[in-house]
Amino acid sequence: MSIAPIVQSVTVRLSQQQAFDAFATQMGRWWKPGMTIGARPHADIVIEPEPGGRWFERDADGIETDWGKVIDWDPPQRLLLGWQLDASFAFDPDLVTEVEIRFDGQDDGSTQVTLEHRLLERFGPSAQKVAESLRGGWPGLMQLFADFAQSQEDAR
Amino acid sequence: MLADPTRRAILEHVGRGPAAVGEIAAGLPVSRPAVSQHLKLLKEAGLVTETASGTRRIYRIDPRGLGAMRDWLDQFWKTSLDNFAAYADAQGREDRE
Repeated sequence: MSIAPIVQSVTVRLSQQQAFDAFATQMGRWWKPGMTIGARPHADIVIEPEPGGRWFERDADGIETDWGKVIDWDPPQRLLLGWQLDASFAFDPDLVTEVEIRFDGQDDGSTQVTLEHRLLERFGPSAQKVAESLRGGWPGLMQLFADFAQSQEDAR
Repeated sequence: MLADPTRRAILEHVGRGPAAVGEIAAGLPVSRPAVSQHLKLLKEAGLVTETASGTRRIYRIDPRGLGAMRDWLDQFWKTSLDNFAAYADAQGREDRE
């Protein structure tokens, strides 16, 4: 049983190395406020630059909340992250889904950035847990996140 | 759908492993026909699937329920990449200026 990976791409007007740096070392600066899991808004999102490194958000008080880990750090062409948040956004060290980001330099100097989130079937057990906790069933998850994002905005 | 405690208990049971109606009903204070009715609703909601095994019907969690999670993540990453592109292009403009 497997489900199709999510694959998306954007083209940015940065060199391959610049695009890699912006994505991997400045995530906290471009990540959408509120689209995080910590109790307070993020001050930074850190991807430690080596295999086995942590991937986490940090709030203004220095409280860190894990998202996952670095599986492969291969600048400037590839970054492989382990997304370890289950379907209820709780960090689960036993869960690893893969997020691969590839940076392909184009002839015109821009870079195509392609993101693939795969092994989604591994969400299975926790997906069921969420289905149980959400009285409205699956469609409720979107609303839950929307409410959460709104509460974060209201809190500011 | 899951506000009903009996349905939640049934889903939890099925979540522990495939089970027949009789096995599920044995651990609950409701009749077997009532359990069948709940299973029918859970099946219609896409949360469990039913397969025949001889004369028995076996129920298990429907992995397609993951589709909604996937849809959600799809939108999540689209928003994130859009934000990244906007940031990257602003960086690119700074560098060129």
